[in-house]
Amino acid sequence: MASTETTGKTGTAGGEDSAGLAGLEAGLDALDTRTTARTPLRQVLLHKVLPPIIAVALVVAVWQLLYVLEVKPDYQLPGPGQVWDALADQWYEGTLFDVIWTSLSRGVLGFLIAIAIGTPLGLIVAKVPFVRAAIGPILTGLQSLPSVAWVPAAIIWFGLTPSMIYAVVLLGAVPSIANGLVSGIGQIPPLYLRAGQVIGATGLHGVRHVLLPAALPGYLAGLKQGWAFSWRSLMAAEIIATSPDLGVGLGQLLETGRGYQDMAIVLNAILLILVVGVAIELLVFGPLERRVLRNRGLLVAR
Amino acid sequence: MSTAITDDAPAGPAQAGDGPAARITHVSKTFGRPGEQLLVLDDVTVDVAPGEFVTLLGASGCGKSTLLNLVAGLDAPSAGTIEVPGGQRPALMFQEHALFPWLTAGKNIELALKMRGLAKAERRTEAERLLELVRLGGAYGKRVHELSGGMRQRVALARSLAQDSRLLLMDEPFAALDAITRDVLHDELTRIWTETKVSVLFVTHNVREAVKLAQRVILMSSRPGRIAREWTIDIPQPRRIEDTDVANLSLEITEELRGEIRRHGKH
Ligand SMILES: Nc1ncnc2c1ncn2[C@@H]1O[C@H](COP(=O)(O)OP(=O)(O)O)[C@@H](O)[C@H]1O
Ligand SMILES: [Mg+2]
Repeated sequence: MASTETTGKTGTAGGEDSAGLAGLEAGLDALDTRTTARTPLRQVLLHKVLPPIIAVALVVAVWQLLYVLEVKPDYQLPGPGQVWDALADQWYEGTLFDVIWTSLSRGVLGFLIAIAIGTPLGLIVAKVPFVRAAIGPILTGLQSLPSVAWVPAAIIWFGLTPSMIYAVVLLGAVPSIANGLVSGIGQIPPLYLRAGQVIGATGLHGVRHVLLPAALPGYLAGLKQGWAFSWRSLMAAEIIATSPDLGVGLGQLLETGRGYQDMAIVLNAILLILVVGVAIELLVFGPLERRVLRNRGLLVAR
Repeated sequence: MSTAITDDAPAGPAQAGDGPAARITHVSKTFGRPGEQLLVLDDVTVDVAPGEFVTLLGASGCGKSTLLNLVAGLDAPSAGTIEVPGGQRPALMFQEHALFPWLTAGKNIELALKMRGLAKAERRTEAERLLELVRLGGAYGKRVHELSGGMRQRVALARSLAQDSRLLLMDEPFAALDAITRDVLHDELTRIWTETKVSVLFVTHNVREAVKLAQRVILMSSRPGRIAREWTIDIPQPRRIEDTDVANLSLEITEELRGEIRRHGKH
């Protein structure tokens, strides 16, 4: 493909000498310009989509084999067919999407609230030394506290209400998001900050136009982890706290399966939880992250 | 106030007539805690006249970047005063391009225009004009990583010019480029300086670069950084490094610079 770079206007300001210079410069530009081609679809399908499909197929095949060999009794290890039937039952009863939606909407809403809290928190921790010294270590510590640990406390505070579920989700996700932003800000090359200062992007302008965009890769990593923690915390809360007021989400479905000793339902619920988590990662965070990295020339084509 | 965008005054260099573009008076700078202090700049006094091109020449580590940072307001002097009249923030170009990789070339320039207070409607045209000025008319939508080193520095120059400051500070902006590209950019810079009549304070450790570009070369000594000597150069532009006048002066200044460096070996 021909570069359009070299066809740009070559100003006439300085007469012949200038035209010669412009030509030389255009040549240098053309010789040293990088083009970043996107990987063709076929390649993507072959190298990115096919391997996981093969892996899943293998797992199902091994599972089926174990089932046929009756390694465990039926009620402990149902076959893929039975789990599929459980899924199909839910589908025909029309409860499948209700269950997923109940959990997903809670997860997403909780996650959005966590962003709204975690972002300013991270910004303050990163930029105010006193706050950093005061709560930085606590924030990091909270990240390694399993959010299940908050469930009993949340039940005592809020009872078996949606507030209780959201409290657990927030306690799980906010530290990740805040920490992601703090480390994103910590990784900004000082040169960008100085360049921002020089062009007059100071104060809130500096935060909006330099600090936040520069910290975006780290922030996104934090968001990704924040979502994973939201989803886990939500499941922990839903499994432990079942009440008619709370509706039936995936966690409650899991707990119902245990109650009935119905392994097909349990496995079905586990698979759904996994699928939703993976789907969000693949459909939301993956493309977002790739776009950010590609724009900055940080995505090395393989 | 050297480019076309001014309120109602006639555009052009005539505007810049009032007082120096920068006045650095008896400036000293020390780093470190009391007890283990390092005196980096010692009683430095430099004036940059409006429209003047001054290069500050000195060995690595003599305090050139420190001085530019002080003038740019990124740091405060330990003693002395720095005046940049007009209440403007000086533009500063670094050795690395310092463009924001999350913005395109054009948007990098527009950000500087926005910070200058230019209305949204005018930014695009002005950014295109500045890109034309550095001969990168087609680069508006290019990402920083898609540009070559020389092109990045030209976009960085356009972004600096977008600040429409009377004073342009340049901290070894071409040091990381290959020799051919650097030569071309010298000529471009001279052309742009002639067109815009912006005052330039250009820092380098490269004697030929200093002689090729400047109207005045100021030699700094090291540890502590002081003004050692000064040359006024009236060889007309465009200059070639091979010209006898340029070559002879370069040799003379190189000898002087080496002398400055040698003095430190004797302690
Ligand atoms: N922030 C700082 N703290 C301590 N020492 C510094 C700092 N900045 C620069 N220096 C020291 O000041 C001296 C001059 O540095 P610099 O201005 O970068 O030199 P130059 O740009 O001429 O190569 C060096 O010895 C450097 O180590
Ligand atoms: Mg330096």
